[in-house]
Amino acid sequence: MPEVAAPGAGQYPTRFPSLPVRFAAGDRVRVREAAPLGHIRTPFYIRGHVGVIERYCGAYPNPEELAQMRDGLPAQPLYRVRFLQSAVWPDYAGRPEDTIDIEIFQHWLERE
Amino acid sequence: MGGLPAGRVEPSEHDYAEWEQRVDALMVLLSGVKGGTPRMTVDELRKNIEALGPEAYDKLGYYERWVTSITQTMIQRGIITTDELGRKMEEIRARREDACRK
Repeated sequence: MPEVAAPGAGQYPTRFPSLPVRFAAGDRVRVREAAPLGHIRTPFYIRGHVGVIERYCGAYPNPEELAQMRDGLPAQPLYRVRFLQSAVWPDYAGRPEDTIDIEIFQHWLERE
Repeated sequence: MGGLPAGRVEPSEHDYAEWEQRVDALMVLLSGVKGGTPRMTVDELRKNIEALGPEAYDKLGYYERWVTSITQTMIQRGIITTDELGRKMEEIRARREDACRK
């Protein structure tokens, strides 16, 4: 498996055997609409929404697995995904071009 | 909690009680970020906070949630047993009552 260096090296180990990176900046993705048990980092309010990959943030042990006392490997690629506020919140009163960025792991994303 | 309306956010600074600082230090030591063998991850801390019932979540303060979650994790990992925990809590309660009587 390829090893991918994550940015922000320092306090924590940042090189892990990781899954292949599937998305690149600019790709349109939809957040999976799932509700498994456990510790899930993907906010409920963003599930089912379509966004655009803003950047790749490195690959990290899967927190859903870490929460269950396993090693979370292979590491899951993490992306910053950009959504339109007006698409996420039906009653959004701000400017129509306002966006929200959320960091989401690859296994929660599907190509749109 | 869980996307429910929570009212206004009141930004304010406050000093942490000694026990709160100790709970924070406990997490630093157990997670191994300052060296030593890691005994738990921040993800386990979060999972066991999220597993609190809504009533307990609302009733407990921030570091009370932490110490409850850390304790639960130590039991899940087999580092302590529920029996040891119960006896230790009893011992401390008795010690405090004893100190109050003096």
